[in-house]
Amino acid sequence: MKSSKQHTILKTQNLNIGYHTKNGTNTIARDLNIEITSGELVGLVGANGIGKSTLLRTITKMQTALSGQVFINNSSINNISLKELSQELSLVLTEPLQTKNLSVFELVALGRHPYTNWIGSLTKEDTFQINKALDLIGITDLKDYRCFELSDGQLQKAMIARALAQDTKLIILDEPTTHLDMYHKAYILKLLQDLTKETGKTILFSSHEIDLAIQLCNTMIVMTEDQVHCNEPCVLIEDGVFDSLFPKDLISFDKESGRFKINK
Amino acid sequence: MEQTNTVFKLPFMILSILTVVCFLVNISFGSVYIPLSQTISTFTGSSEVEVWNVIVMDYRLPKAITAILVGSGLGISGLLMQTLFRNPLAGPFVLGISSGASLGVAIIVLGSGLFSISLATVLVSKWGIIIAASLGSFLVLLAVLAISSRVRDTMAILIIGLMFGSITAALVSVLSYFSSAEQLQQYIFWGFGNLSNLSWNEILIFLVIYLTGLMLSIISIKNLNTLLLGDRYARSLGISLKQSRLIIILATSLLAGGITAFAGPIAFVGLAIPHLTRQLFKTSNHKILLPAVILMGAIVMLLCDLVAQVPSSELTLPINAITALVGAPVVIWILVKQRKMMF
Repeated sequence: MKSSKQHTILKTQNLNIGYHTKNGTNTIARDLNIEITSGELVGLVGANGIGKSTLLRTITKMQTALSGQVFINNSSINNISLKELSQELSLVLTEPLQTKNLSVFELVALGRHPYTNWIGSLTKEDTFQINKALDLIGITDLKDYRCFELSDGQLQKAMIARALAQDTKLIILDEPTTHLDMYHKAYILKLLQDLTKETGKTILFSSHEIDLAIQLCNTMIVMTEDQVHCNEPCVLIEDGVFDSLFPKDLISFDKESGRFKINK
Repeated sequence: MEQTNTVFKLPFMILSILTVVCFLVNISFGSVYIPLSQTISTFTGSSEVEVWNVIVMDYRLPKAITAILVGSGLGISGLLMQTLFRNPLAGPFVLGISSGASLGVAIIVLGSGLFSISLATVLVSKWGIIIAASLGSFLVLLAVLAISSRVRDTMAILIIGLMFGSITAALVSVLSYFSSAEQLQQYIFWGFGNLSNLSWNEILIFLVIYLTGLMLSIISIKNLNTLLLGDRYARSLGISLKQSRLIIILATSLLAGGITAFAGPIAFVGLAIPHLTRQLFKTSNHKILLPAVILMGAIVMLLCDLVAQVPSSELTLPINAITALVGAPVVIWILVKQRKMMF
């Protein structure tokens, strides 16, 4: 049931992703037809090496698609310049921050880059957006700390605040919960859910926390060897999609609890 | 960033005052003693002794201005390279600029025996050496750029620059092997660096090159800040990596190339100044760092030159030795103090 206010924010059409190699093309996943509407929290799960990162890289225009189309806000990303794209989608990546010598405020302020003038002066609107982002994430009291003083969890929050300050309808996070303890994994994902509710932004993240994602996401994209499924978590459970996620020799999916169990 | 600007006002004022003080001290010391008040009055040509006017206006003032341009220029290019390569060990010469210049000068000075005598005298003149150094650094830089445009990885550019450095160093060794002691000495003297060799006309040309490089650096401030996050983040913020990389490299080559051509290869300043500045200002924001590095570079170079003069003596030490003597301990001090180099 989609209300009339919701519209498609991200769509892929017969998308084939992979790499061009010397001996031809190496297709990692084919015929992807994904549709994500605004205000949703979307989890992307799949085994290691199945192509989650390749999919995210293709969607974010870091890498070209083998064939097919990616639409953001109904325009094909082939027709959007990097500058325009930077106002449509923001990123939180797995790669570590290159310098930790910035204050949290300065880090978040970098998210305003697409909007600031030639020398990067912050207008009132910029400062407002930065403070709003800090406030939403709940790290206002950390804003004068420098990044090397933060814990992994705090740093991840700061990175999410930076993406928020970029003021885009879509935020994409690549494995935002790696390196975090169990509490902070749940905390970050719950934070993402709250953000979609409070701001109406669409958030797409890849993760290995399948049980948490099942509990929190509106939609899940499940990448398996043969097929990519995109639906509400409960439908996916009913269809037994999670069973086909991993080899069955060690773990199996328990429909009742919505989590994986070790075979006894 | 509004709130940060006020925090940094005091250090900027102190540094500016220090720069002026160092400048005045620099021009009042030398092999001839001139009182400070008289030094200042030479600016209007009204000092008591006619010779003092000449000493200050034609010798000390150009030298002090050269020191400021060299120090701040090397500081800026070091800062740009450290951010671009995200490597605290990068300096202005990582792209092979100084090795290119050395090769150019080596070919002219060491290879002058190959040319006819009249041609050789023209080539080994001051302008011959400046042109050879510029051409050399430009050609090596062009080669590095041509190859690096084929690689995507920023680190690869760093390594390619280093490799070109090795190649040119090897060529210089071959040339030295076949040259006379006299030629070798002249080449080695160029390598010592020299701030006091420039006439007002040459300073004017130097200044134009410097200002062009400075302007390119200023328009890169915003992009440099985003590059701190890493290439992929910078791209996601709408930055054209190729274009901004090109402008940054161009700025560095103009600054470092110009300096090497006019003052010889000056070691360590470019590497040490940005670290020293970060240590003082505790930020990586280039809007603060760039002007701070300019002031800091000017101060350090003026002081180095003062030391090289060996005040109130006839002796002048090679500036290149002094900068390394000052620069290397600074880098060691930062490493020991911080345990980790940040950029």
